[in-house]
Amino acid sequence: MANSYLTSESKKLATWYFTVAATLFGAQLLFGLVAAIQYVIPGFLFEILDFSVARMLHINALVVWMVFAMFGAVYWLLPDETGIETVGIEVGKLLFWIFTAAVTVVVLVYLFIQVGPADATSIWFIHEGREYIEAPRWADIGITVVALGFVANLFLTGMKGKRSGIVTVLMADMIAFAGLYLTGMFYTDNISVDQFWWWWVIHLWVEATWEVYVGSIAAYGLITMIGAHRQVVEMWLWIEVTMLFGSGILGLGHHYFWIGTPEYWWEIGALFSALEPLPLVAMFIHVLYDWGKMQGEESAKGLDRSVITNKPAFTWFVLNAFGNFLGAGIWGFFHTLPQVNLYTHGTQFTSAHGHLAFFGAYATILIGMMYIAVQGKNGIKVLNNSTSTIFATSMIVGGVVGMTVALTVAGYSDVIISRAQMGATWAGYFDAQATTWLTQGMVWRLIMGVVTFVGFFFLAKDLLTIGKSNIHVR
Amino acid sequence: MAKKSVWSDNRFWQRTAAWITGFASILLIWLTFDTNAQIAMGNDSDLKNGVTKRVPGPTVINYKITYEMDKKRQHEVPVIGEKEKFFGRDDYSEEEATELLHLGKLGSQSKNCMNCHTLLGNGAYYAPDLTKAWLDPAWGPTGSMQAMTGKSTKEEAMAEFLQNPSQYPTHARMMPNLGITAEEAKGLVAFLKHMSSIDTNGFPRNFGKIQGAVNGK
Repeated sequence: MANSYLTSESKKLATWYFTVAATLFGAQLLFGLVAAIQYVIPGFLFEILDFSVARMLHINALVVWMVFAMFGAVYWLLPDETGIETVGIEVGKLLFWIFTAAVTVVVLVYLFIQVGPADATSIWFIHEGREYIEAPRWADIGITVVALGFVANLFLTGMKGKRSGIVTVLMADMIAFAGLYLTGMFYTDNISVDQFWWWWVIHLWVEATWEVYVGSIAAYGLITMIGAHRQVVEMWLWIEVTMLFGSGILGLGHHYFWIGTPEYWWEIGALFSALEPLPLVAMFIHVLYDWGKMQGEESAKGLDRSVITNKPAFTWFVLNAFGNFLGAGIWGFFHTLPQVNLYTHGTQFTSAHGHLAFFGAYATILIGMMYIAVQGKNGIKVLNNSTSTIFATSMIVGGVVGMTVALTVAGYSDVIISRAQMGATWAGYFDAQATTWLTQGMVWRLIMGVVTFVGFFFLAKDLLTIGKSNIHVR
Repeated sequence: MAKKSVWSDNRFWQRTAAWITGFASILLIWLTFDTNAQIAMGNDSDLKNGVTKRVPGPTVINYKITYEMDKKRQHEVPVIGEKEKFFGRDDYSEEEATELLHLGKLGSQSKNCMNCHTLLGNGAYYAPDLTKAWLDPAWGPTGSMQAMTGKSTKEEAMAEFLQNPSQYPTHARMMPNLGITAEEAKGLVAFLKHMSSIDTNGFPRNFGKIQGAVNGK
């Protein structure tokens, strides 16, 4: 690409991954908006683009943009961490194009074919109808090939170059990430067995391997953006891995309360998932502590300047530290105990948690990595905030927090009326849907969704133009 | 110089991470074997001999299912009772019932049920939970849904609705037409009946027990 300061092929590939990721983020918000409108105006696009299709696109675009950005971030940091060019980069580029083409085909099929007959061809070529991992079987196989290629590149580079603590954690984590996907790739008539393994993918991704991934990226960000000491950062990283896997792996039990699995999961799920917020507190303290420490060292030298070399990215990293703790930790803890979950399971409350957790834990830090790429690509020493940065950040954060609050309020009437009072019947469900809390909550969710969507355009504009601005130190 | 404390040693924490992760993983794998044995689908002879399975065999569609409070477990459990006709028959063979359930489960995925409904509480929250839909009073003999379709049995009413959902004025938020055939609808109803017989540890609580008076209704 023209005017690029990038000499590393790995970093160039990273920018491609980030570009597709940001585009899919926009698609996620667009289809989320369609679904949000349907809650308020039920006839909107009825039998044209139904809620089920809009929502499938919404959550699949979410998962896929995050995976794209995660791969991109690894390709970005590998040359810095290992000191060498990524091994197998040409294969990596080929896999990128295969991945992008496959995702495009899958999205077009979702949009224009939507549903098929009740037979195996639908599962193989349209979608699998399993929330979050709806991708049809042919795409599953493609994703596995792409993921294994990515893991191979990571391993070969890690073994050939300098293997830092961050790279070691990523190697172990990414092979688990790829391997876990396989547990969601078979069909069974037994819905309990189906959901048992389905959670192996979903939970062990987002509450274990993805969280460890975030820990590694946060560690990399602290070293590159505020010059935190590697020794300290990597020790924290290992402590975080201990706590995240120590709680998150058996925390899987909190999805096994009501799907046909034995009662002992109540105790196991409750105990370990109650521990899950702890590492998130640790990560939050870690980021803020390191920041204060590095700034303090600067002040001790009598220097009155910020230690942060990338203001927008660091903002998103701090938002990650806080959002992860709040969205995944607190909103998750709210309903993780079986005595509470008996009533909250499968309500708008879950939806509130889902929005803030995916955003706080993953979207934030991945957007931060995009800003780091913008800085590197334009050869900037200190990247400052532009007006668009401020608008993008405040509108997206404000919008998502607003949606979460609205869905939480809606969730209360869903939980209390539909579940606790009416016992979850058809009539109970619609009684709850008709309450003021729920109907107004859905209106507020839509308004806040629009705020988020507008914020996305500021973000896209900012990522495309901020690098050329003259507000930075070059 | 004093010896460096082990607590600030990266190698120590790296090993701790490896041990804890390994231990948690082994425990999870062990529990997975136990759970999978407990949730394996039962068969026809289990049903005939009164052997309780967490996930009964497909021929459970030949029997009446109720959801009753279990004194010992202190929550409701599905109870499989006497024979009950399902689309006019109560003698589905193991092969027939398995085939019907297979069609229904495939249908539940290919029609994307869980991106509006929840199944066992998992999915989307745009439409009612289907875990115990088979036992919902709305589909029962005096229920509004059965009356609406003009059919005389629960299964026929459900199958009729599934084939023509957008013809029936259920709610402002209607179910779209998903091109479900008569045979697929029959399979889906069998899938729903089978799902209602799964022991979900008392979820949802008080299902169908409480009627009326909320918000002045």
